[in-house]
Parts: sequence; structure tokens; C-alpha cells
Amino acid sequence: MRNQKQLVLTVFMVVLVAFMTACTPQQDPNKIIVSGPFEPINLDPASTGYIFSRMQVLETLVDVGNNGELLPGLATSWLSNDDFTQWTFTLRQNVYFHDGQPMTVEAVYKSLAVALGKPTPFAKNILTNLEIVSPSQIRFTLNQSYRPFPSLMSNYSMAIIAPSSFGTFNRIKNLVATGPYQIVHFEPPHNITTERFEQYWGEPAHIRYAEYITGHRAETRALMVRTGQADIVYNLDPAAVNMLGNESNVTVHSNAIPRTTLIKLNIGNEILSDRSVREALSLAIDRTGIAEGILRVPGVEANQIFGPMMGDWHLHNLPPPATHTQRANQLLNEAGWQKRDDGWRYRDNQRLTLNMITYANRPELIIIATAIQEQWARIGVELNVQMENVSAIPSGHADGSLQTALMARNFANIPNPLGIMLADFTSKAGGEWGPMNWSNPAVFSGVRTLSQQTETEQASVQIANILKQIHQDLPLIPVTFYIQQTATSARVKNFSFDPFERSFRLSAMRLEHGS
Amino acid sequence: MAWSVGTLTFVLVRSLPGDMAYKIAAGRYGEDAVTIEAANAVAQELGLNRSALAQYTDWMWNLLSLDLGNSLVTGAPVIEEIRIQLGYTLTLAALAIVIAAMIAFPVGILSGLKKESVVNKTALVSSTFIRSQPVFCLGLLLIFCFAMELNWLPVAGFGGPSYTVLPVLTLALSLAAVSNRLITNNTRRAVTSGYFHFARVKGLSQRRAFVRHALPNILIPTLAFMGIQLIGLIEGVIMVESLFAWPGIGHGLSHAVFARDIPMLQGTALLMGTLFVLVNALVDISQYVLDPRTRDQEQ
Repeated sequence: MRNQKQLVLTVFMVVLVAFMTACTPQQDPNKIIVSGPFEPINLDPASTGYIFSRMQVLETLVDVGNNGELLPGLATSWLSNDDFTQWTFTLRQNVYFHDGQPMTVEAVYKSLAVALGKPTPFAKNILTNLEIVSPSQIRFTLNQSYRPFPSLMSNYSMAIIAPSSFGTFNRIKNLVATGPYQIVHFEPPHNITTERFEQYWGEPAHIRYAEYITGHRAETRALMVRTGQADIVYNLDPAAVNMLGNESNVTVHSNAIPRTTLIKLNIGNEILSDRSVREALSLAIDRTGIAEGILRVPGVEANQIFGPMMGDWHLHNLPPPATHTQRANQLLNEAGWQKRDDGWRYRDNQRLTLNMITYANRPELIIIATAIQEQWARIGVELNVQMENVSAIPSGHADGSLQTALMARNFANIPNPLGIMLADFTSKAGGEWGPMNWSNPAVFSGVRTLSQQTETEQASVQIANILKQIHQDLPLIPVTFYIQQTATSARVKNFSFDPFERSFRLSAMRLEHGS
Repeated sequence: MAWSVGTLTFVLVRSLPGDMAYKIAAGRYGEDAVTIEAANAVAQELGLNRSALAQYTDWMWNLLSLDLGNSLVTGAPVIEEIRIQLGYTLTLAALAIVIAAMIAFPVGILSGLKKESVVNKTALVSSTFIRSQPVFCLGLLLIFCFAMELNWLPVAGFGGPSYTVLPVLTLALSLAAVSNRLITNNTRRAVTSGYFHFARVKGLSQRRAFVRHALPNILIPTLAFMGIQLIGLIEGVIMVESLFAWPGIGHGLSHAVFARDIPMLQGTALLMGTLFVLVNALVDISQYVLDPRTRDQEQ
């Protein structure tokens, strides 16, 4: 009886071990697996294009280099008339869609016309006409001078897709594009599997298959790369970076990206309309504490809106940001806000209380907001932090209810900062992700002038003047610049990070021992 | 039921704070592209500026023609999205409840038969330990053990049987932690009862008396409890699906709430309501089959 029991137990253990061994994740030498928090919800470039562009399924007329410089994409060149109101793009020849059909000017026209009928991350009201001028040229006509126009054509929503992508009412039924990878399986919102496109116009991809898996939580993604289940994981949090830093088979890459954590201020608000109050609030923020204690990336303290990678649009000679609680207190005293025994400041019996909206998409934001709440409390400013959906910021901007908001503003949607300036810094209305009710006629006209003239050395001086005025006036309070943390497994070779986050650059990568 | 669930969902979602068009635009176009223009386009496309009554009437009309509509975020038919997502969740839930029963019954019965045994004490301590932490922590512990240290199983995702092991085990352990204690108590009650002693006194062996007289009395309350557990599973499923990147309804449902995707919420609530009624009916039928007293009452 005892022997029989032992035999059953032994057989059970052998089966269990065999099963577990069979379950052990095997790495496919021909497939690279990528994971990030982005959810591909459908095939429409207007909504999910930012993922399909990263997976190199989609391509745009204009490409973007590491420093934001515009490079030829599906268009080999572009030219404008003298006043920048007409832009003609020359298309690349011998480009094929994933269905084997050639990319014709008619296909490009249809793709752009449909895309322009949908919401885009930039204002389209400057466009008045789109026309075919020759079998290889397409022309946009604008109602105003707009020098950064080609940079708009680098946005994923303007990707060129084949006529066979469209169903009835031009709804997207398939995603047939021109990139080095084509979709072979799509399971929204969790999985995209792609295969190398052999007829690609450029250098074909080295790795045959590329798969994207949505990893909803940063912890999960970190564990996936650690166990070899994923080769590259994007958007890691500080805790995961610490954990992966000690792993020999994983490399963590830290890259600056054009995104800044800012405090949006409603300058129309009675309290915030006073510049000295804004300066006091900025001086009270301990940015070094936030960078080192919360983000765990020293040196990302922001002293201005645009980060160091934005070329002329970053002022290199500004002093680093410093915390001056004493000076902040003095400024508030001078503005008539006096501290009472309860620790808060009052003016005409009204307490200095502000509301701040922030959102959950970026987990660090709520922690930074509560740190700022504590830091502002030290100078007697009461801050109520509200955790909201990301849409509360544009919605609060539109209905005027927003007082302050902590946000991570992405400047990569339009790689040329002039495009962002034209959208946000040319009217009192500002931008939903920019200033609000702020008015500075000198800055407004300066930005407009820049859009109408060619780039010269003088332009750099003008840009610096505009930035200095914005820095002086504080329509937005910069907090920290952004560092993107990515981890790769040891078998990934030729990894590079696109700071504008348009592409995962998988086609240039290789897998060790892979084809 | 369809009317009440759908109407309640409609009223609840409409009464949530914030502008619906903006929330839908955020769900549709992503964090960096939610703008006033996008929200206005969404409002116009979906007719969100119409009166609530007009939108409600539309939904009712569609429901009468058996059309659950399209998701406001993805644009795909709701029925199609639910079919895929609910399929994944039901796989997870069914496997979890079966594995939970496979763990809870032997452990519970052994513990109940021998109160002072090591089995009972270990089961009590481990059940308390498992139940006292959120299901999310339990999942992480299993990941650390089986995926990271032993490297036997994948951390997250889906696509093969190996991917189901950890999420199923997480849910099953969490369910079994409670149900095994219930079985222990029921076993204890049954084996110390008068009818069990009578069965022994009339000459039945311990095993025969247990199978014939104690087991049905343990099964009846346990099955009813497990039915309730299966319904309550949805609470744990949301966290487990998020942790293991499992494409089920829990994840879909939470996103639909954030994005104010009313057709998706109505459709899911409707199908889940139907499912709950079905599970309850199955539990009632099992009670009827197992418990002769209910049949006697009828006669």
C-alpha cells in the first residue's frame, strides 16, 4: 500500500515537472516582443495611429530625426511659396502598400482627405485646399503663413494608408499601409502581431516578426522583460527601474523626451492674475526634491517650458531652478496675502485656496501634485488636489472652471516647437494644454512674425526674446523635464530610442542568434 | 430585467460628473490628443448634444431590435467586443471555480474530519493569510515564485494554456481560502450530527455513512455559496486581469466606465445580469436535485 502511494506520488511529480518544463517561455529567435502601456483600441490611425506608427506599420510623408529635424519620409521633398501659404510635397517613387498595390498620388490624396476629416492633435482650420498637381505631387493651400507646416505631416494621424483600408463611409476596415512591418493579427486592445513586409521601399526589417503586447501595469512589464517574456518594455516607473538595474540580462535605457511636467494656470483667476503670486508659487516648489525623491532621476528639474533637446527653443543661459521659500513668503506679503495663526494666508478675509486637477494616466503626477500641495502649504497656500480623467484639463479649459492643473505636456505631436507656439501662444484663449487667459501682445505678435519669415540667425534672437518674456511672465510653471525609461533584454542588438516616440525602430534591430 | 439593467446603467453613467464627450474623446484618441476639437467632433458624431430622453429612446429602440449598438470608443459592435472579452473571462472564472473546488473540498473535508490535525491548522493559517491580502498581492506572489524564481510560467499575457495557469491559480486560491473553511464547518457539523451517529449505529461503515449521509449535507450549502462566489468573482477578476494583462471583461468594463462608453456598459451589464440569473437558476436546480426535502415539500 505504501509502495503504491509512493509510485503514484512519483508519477504525479514527473508529470508536473514535465508540464512545467513545457510551459517555460521559449524565446522565438525570429520574433521580437515589445510591451508598453498603450492600448490599441481599433485600426483607425486617428485614434490608434500612435501605436501602429511605433510598430512601423504606418508611415507619414515627413519623418523626424533625433533632434526634431524633419527628414524625408513618404515624401522625398517639400517646397513652399514665398509667404508659406502653399506647400507642395513630392512623393517617393516605387513605394508599395502592404496589399501589393503601388502608392499613387490618388491614394495619398484619399488617405489625407479622410484623415483631415477626423480629429487631429493640431488645429486644421488653417487648411483651405488639398489638390493633386502632378502624378507625384500633392499641394496644400493654407489661409495664413505657416512655416512649420511640414512638421504637421509627421503626425501619425496623417499616415498614408491604402484605398483598400477603407470600407463604407470611409470607415477603416483593414490597416494597409507602407511600413516595414504589416499586420498579421490584431486583438484589440491587447495584441498586435506583425510580419516583415518584403516589398518595403527602404531597408527591410532584420527580424521577421514583431509583436506588441499591452502590459497594463508597469510592474507587469518589468517582470516580463526580466523573465524574457518580452524583449523591450517601455514606460517603466522608478520602482521598476531600481529592480531591473541589478539584473545582468536586462539593460535599462534612460532618454530625455520632449515632454515637460507643467502647472497650467488660469490667469483669468483673480488670485493667479497677479504675477507675484505666480512667482511665489513657482519659488516654493522643491523641484530637486521631486526629481530625486519621486522621479529618482536627478537633474531633470525644469527651469523653462521646453527641455534641453528643443534646440533654439531652450534657453541655455537661464539659471537652474531653486527653491526660495523666504522670497515666496515676501512676494505673497507684498501682494496683500497675510499669514494668520492657522498657517494659511488671507486677503480681505478670503483664504488663499486653489484647486489643482491632475490625472491617473501617468502615475507620478498625483505624487508630484501632493508634494506640491505640501510645499505650497509651507508658504500658506491651501491646495485641493483633484484626481481626474485626463479630459478634465481640456474640458476645464473650455468651460473656464480650471484653476490650476498638473500635466505632462507632450511637445512631440508637432516636432517643430513653432507649431506649438502658434497653437498656444498667439491669443488670450491659449491652448487646452498650454496657457489660459494669458495675454502678452509682444509674445503673440513675435510668434506670428516667426511663422511668416524664413529661418535666419535673427530668428534665434527673436525666439530667445519670446522665451525670456514667457519665462518672466510665468503663464505656466515648469516643474520637471521628462526622462523615458525603457528596458531591453540581452538578446536585443542595435536598440535605439526615438525621443519623439514615433517609432520603436524595430526594423533596425537584430536578435542575437536570430535571423 | 434587460430594461431595468439598461435603464439603471444609463441613469448612473449620465449622472457621473464631467462632460461625456471629453471622456469619450480621451478614451478614443489617447492622452496626448484629447482636445476641445476632438471632444466637439465626438459630441457631434454621437449626437451627445441631443436630450437625454432622445438618446434613451434610441437605446431602447435598438434593444427591442436586438441591437446592442457600437462602442463609443472603438466603434466596433458591442456584441462582438463582449463575445471576445466575456469568453476570456468565463474561461478564467470557470477554471478558477473548478480548481477552487478541487482544492477546497479535500482540504475542507480533511480539516472537518480531524479538528486537531495539522491539516486543519495549516489550512486555517494559510486561508487567513491568503484571504487577508488583496487578490492583486497574491497574484504578484505567484508571479515572483513561478515566473521569476522558477521561470516555469509566463508573467502575463495570453495565447496558450501556460498563460492561464497563474491567473486561474490566483483566483482559485483566493476562492478556496474561504470555501474550504465553509466546508470544514459543514463537515464538522455533519459528522457530529445525530443523523450521522444514527447511520453509524445502524451499522454503516465510516466511509459509507460519510458518502451517503454527510456528503450531501456538506454539498448543499457549499454549492449555494460557490454560486455566490462565482458572481462575486467579477470583483477579483478586474484586478487579476489587469495584473496578468488578460483580455477579459473586467478590464473592458473598467475602461468603459472611465471612457463613459454607455453602449458597452449597458451591453456588459445586460449580459452579466443574464449570466447571474442563469448561475442562480443552476444553483437552485442543483439544490433541488441534491436535497430530497425540497422535492418532498412539493409532494
